[in-house]
Amino acid sequence: MTDALKRTVLSAAHEAVGARMVEFAGYAMPVQYRDGVLKEHLWTRARAGAFDVSHMGPAFLRLNERSGDGDGDHRSIAAVIEPLISGDVASLKPGQIRYTLLLGEDGGILDDLMIARPLRESGQGMLYIVVNAGTKEADFALIEAAATGKATLARADDRALIAVQGPDAAAVVSDIFPEAAELVFMSHRRIDHVGESCVVARSGYTGEDGYEILARAPAGVELWDRLLKDERVKPIGLGARDSLRLEAGLPLNGHDIDPTVSPIEAGLGFAVAKPRLKAGAVRGAARIARELGGALARRRVGLRVREGAPAREGAEIADPSGAVIGRVTSGGYAPSLSAPIAMGYVPPELAAAGSPLSVIVRGKAQAAEVATMPFVPHRYVRAV
Amino acid sequence: MRFTKDHEWIEVDGDVATIGVTAYAAEQLGDVVFVELPEVGKAVKTGDGLAVVESVKAASDVYAPVAGEVVAVNGALADEPETVNAEPEAAGWFARLKLADPTAVEGLMDRPAYEAFLQTL
Repeated sequence: MTDALKRTVLSAAHEAVGARMVEFAGYAMPVQYRDGVLKEHLWTRARAGAFDVSHMGPAFLRLNERSGDGDGDHRSIAAVIEPLISGDVASLKPGQIRYTLLLGEDGGILDDLMIARPLRESGQGMLYIVVNAGTKEADFALIEAAATGKATLARADDRALIAVQGPDAAAVVSDIFPEAAELVFMSHRRIDHVGESCVVARSGYTGEDGYEILARAPAGVELWDRLLKDERVKPIGLGARDSLRLEAGLPLNGHDIDPTVSPIEAGLGFAVAKPRLKAGAVRGAARIARELGGALARRRVGLRVREGAPAREGAEIADPSGAVIGRVTSGGYAPSLSAPIAMGYVPPELAAAGSPLSVIVRGKAQAAEVATMPFVPHRYVRAV
Repeated sequence: MRFTKDHEWIEVDGDVATIGVTAYAAEQLGDVVFVELPEVGKAVKTGDGLAVVESVKAASDVYAPVAGEVVAVNGALADEPETVNAEPEAAGWFARLKLADPTAVEGLMDRPAYEAFLQTL
């Protein structure tokens, strides 16, 4: 591993347990631990996996001047970021998290991200934001430019960001943060741990119930070590993180979504706030409205590959006549299904579940069909 | 058994060689979920792609360590690709080649030489 790679506060802990480290988004990250991708994947679906996602981009966007009126301050900070994104931030309730998209001028997807409104009254006028690792420098520059004079972005990517995912995640995390049990999916709160205020969010990228926890370095390292001492928990590398999110039907930025793709093409229309769209306040509003109206060239779909090898990113997708009509944007083997699955873009008329297609792998056409996503049902906890 | 720097093993019986990947390679590949084998009858030159091994994460090529004609493939791997991990240097073999030149394997490493090579990695 070269010295030029950035390290997270947990890198040393990964190396100490024999993780295989690779470069990812400029960081030295564990792609797998000793158990390997397959077992790590299945363990997360059966028990609980701990993931170091500290390479991502957590940050806090704070109003420069707060009025003291919590709702008013929230609307003010929402107005700072909304021009950049697809969604609605103003309507977030205290503690709520929303998945949204950072858009280019033409409505293309620059990144997908989480935005959360603090629970506490004293936190109003601030947003907790988590963007993707690969685009965080550009994202932060865009947000800072939009915030100039109104709000200040404080990066928190020098801390530990730890995801705990799987059926045992709630029990595991509640043993450490008792109040975490009160959170529903897509909500968060601050909870103290070893004298440090941590951000505990019930969210994740595996389709399982689970949490994502932001903690400053000493508390974060202590938390990681404590999680790994729990027999219900194993550390899980980026390899299984990718196969888990693929089974969950969740797009990977830079692969399944990119600046050429619109929210509607990506099947992420739910992340577009319709009142803001109607008002023309969403970037690329005309294009997005046109696509919502049916003028759509392609759509992201899930594919079940019925025979042969896994179809991976870049593989061509063909219609029954053999004509190439799209490409796989991510694909691999689904450990939970013991079968290859993929995501890719196809014309809308071929996007219905069950549409027979083929994928071309090493020159050979293999039968595939459009499948509804998620491939493996989500198990989010929406009520407690 | 002879070995290559690409971590293939080759065992010669008369003019037929059985080919697979070493325990080291199997460990590096991770859990094998699919193996693409060549057609019987295919002629391969040294260094040609012979098989493709897929893990959850990636596809890896296996190259022919010597030239020859494919006379048999391990069809059991279609249903049980995990055999490559479980018994890489026995039941996890990929293909048998009728050697173009049975002396070609003599230039490959023997086990002590391969193990010494592994120490350098």
